[in-house]
Amino acid sequence: MSARFLDVVAPGLMTSVQDLGRLGAQALGMPVAGATDAIALRLANAVVGNPENTGALEIGYLGPTLVAAADGVRVVLGGKAKLTLQPADGSEARPAKPWRSLLLKRGDKLTIGAVDEGGVAYLAVAGGFAIPAFMSSLSTYMRSGLGGFEGRALKAGDSLPLNTIAAEGDERELADEIDYGSGPIRVVLGPQEDRFTQKGIETFLSATYSITKEADRMGIRLEGETVEHTRGADIASEGVVTGSIQVPGNGKPIILMADRQTTGGYTKIATVISADLARVGRMKPGDTLSFTAVEVAAAEAARREQEKMVRRLIEGIRTAPPDVTLDLNALYTQNLISGAVDAPSGHWR
Amino acid sequence: MSAYPQIRSFGDTGFSVEFGEGIDRGINAMVMALHAALTDTRPAGLVETIPSFRALLVQYDPLATSRADLESHVRGLLDGLKPQQHAGRLWRLPVCYAEEFAPDLAEVAERCKVTPQKVIEIHTGGRYFVYMLGFMPGLAYMGGLDAVLHLPRRSSPRTKVPQGSVAIAESMTTIYPWESPGGWHLLGRTPLKLFDAAREEPILLGAGDEVTYVAVSADDYAAMLHQVEDGSFDYAALRVKA
Repeated sequence: MSARFLDVVAPGLMTSVQDLGRLGAQALGMPVAGATDAIALRLANAVVGNPENTGALEIGYLGPTLVAAADGVRVVLGGKAKLTLQPADGSEARPAKPWRSLLLKRGDKLTIGAVDEGGVAYLAVAGGFAIPAFMSSLSTYMRSGLGGFEGRALKAGDSLPLNTIAAEGDERELADEIDYGSGPIRVVLGPQEDRFTQKGIETFLSATYSITKEADRMGIRLEGETVEHTRGADIASEGVVTGSIQVPGNGKPIILMADRQTTGGYTKIATVISADLARVGRMKPGDTLSFTAVEVAAAEAARREQEKMVRRLIEGIRTAPPDVTLDLNALYTQNLISGAVDAPSGHWR
Repeated sequence: MSAYPQIRSFGDTGFSVEFGEGIDRGINAMVMALHAALTDTRPAGLVETIPSFRALLVQYDPLATSRADLESHVRGLLDGLKPQQHAGRLWRLPVCYAEEFAPDLAEVAERCKVTPQKVIEIHTGGRYFVYMLGFMPGLAYMGGLDAVLHLPRRSSPRTKVPQGSVAIAESMTTIYPWESPGGWHLLGRTPLKLFDAAREEPILLGAGDEVTYVAVSADDYAAMLHQVEDGSFDYAALRVKA
């Protein structure tokens, strides 16, 4: 079979290949990277029948415009954004639905608009990208130019190679909405809670913080009341996790995200629980949040509950009902031909 | 009774085991011992471990184990754990201290009240221990710098330090695997790639390794750089057999 590609006409604001991250080499200083909203990535892959850890395009804020350079390229947008399909046959462009798979023909152009309800979305392709894994992951770590597609965000003119699979069967869709949770972001205090004053901890757990413009895949700097240390903000460098909340000398918390370094030398007041990481990963500059403390066992229970929700959503993925937009178009065309439509105005009778 | 080892929470995906205060080979030998014991026993749900100066971060999958179960396994390993000795490799790494590669050599010499030649002698005379990696892929924090050369980091960090720069700060020496910002004092440059995605093992040094530096001329540097760039350089030859 001939090579299959997805061509990038416009790259969007920050589009990169991500899977669930590069684990196993953090002891060598290799960051994990990977999806900032792992739930959406897993579900998007599930809709097109991929293993959950398959690399997909992570779209930040504004989506790319892509053209299928082969027939039978099945894609789905995991997330909320305006989707426009311009068919190659020159017929009228039409909207398409997120969370519903779509079979592209050679030359079909898909335009993904601004991401709403969260700053991130995923475009998964059935069969995945034919990109060699680096250290057993397809995740792009842009700071060092490693992994993914040439180690960088996509650019106009890129041709993304696709694995060849037979795109058969009906289109499928996610039946229900993802529940990311609401209320304060849950954290477990520590590891260095003893390096903050009682007042500092109280401030951290009661203040409302806003997300600054310095928020990217590496970390989210928060603006709000300063958190008071007992004796400085420096510690001997040590390992960190995604969700670690560092408080440097200025007292403003920073949440470490997917592209975080493996180690850090600032005091960490708390850690975002894993069940709330996707929610934080979807936040945008200007969004506000507050924190509430839970125990480790409660955090683990919350994660198990969330996993049940994800499994339920995966099991609920169903054959998509006919695309109403598409059918109306087909009907309209047929009616024009059969003359059953009021020809001068083109309106239904 | 000693406050150590001490266990600290990193949410529901990790906990650290701290073995003491400060940067100390004995404390780090316990970190490396637990790192090795967990690598050997691979308990269910363990994701990976990150050793650092005085603590081991244990990362786990809360859907495959629990803090309680994994902590209990770790406490079992801590019981009777012996410090890890000489488990790493010993490397002899070439460094060119020529002026073009050593923008801070003169200043370091002046501030430490020795000649530049003496700085080079001291730096090549040491045997350095890789306590940990971090900051960027493949960057090794190597301890054991002679006290004569201890200086705080530069007050204004450089925005761009060239790849391969060999540097010192406080009691440490390092080699920048990538061009990056950096606040350490630059004494020379190695032609080696501490990180090379094309190599079977992209990252050269590991925690627990030991390193000595060998001064090479600018000509030798250029010849080695050529081999490094065309992929013919034999990295295994840098290892000193025990």
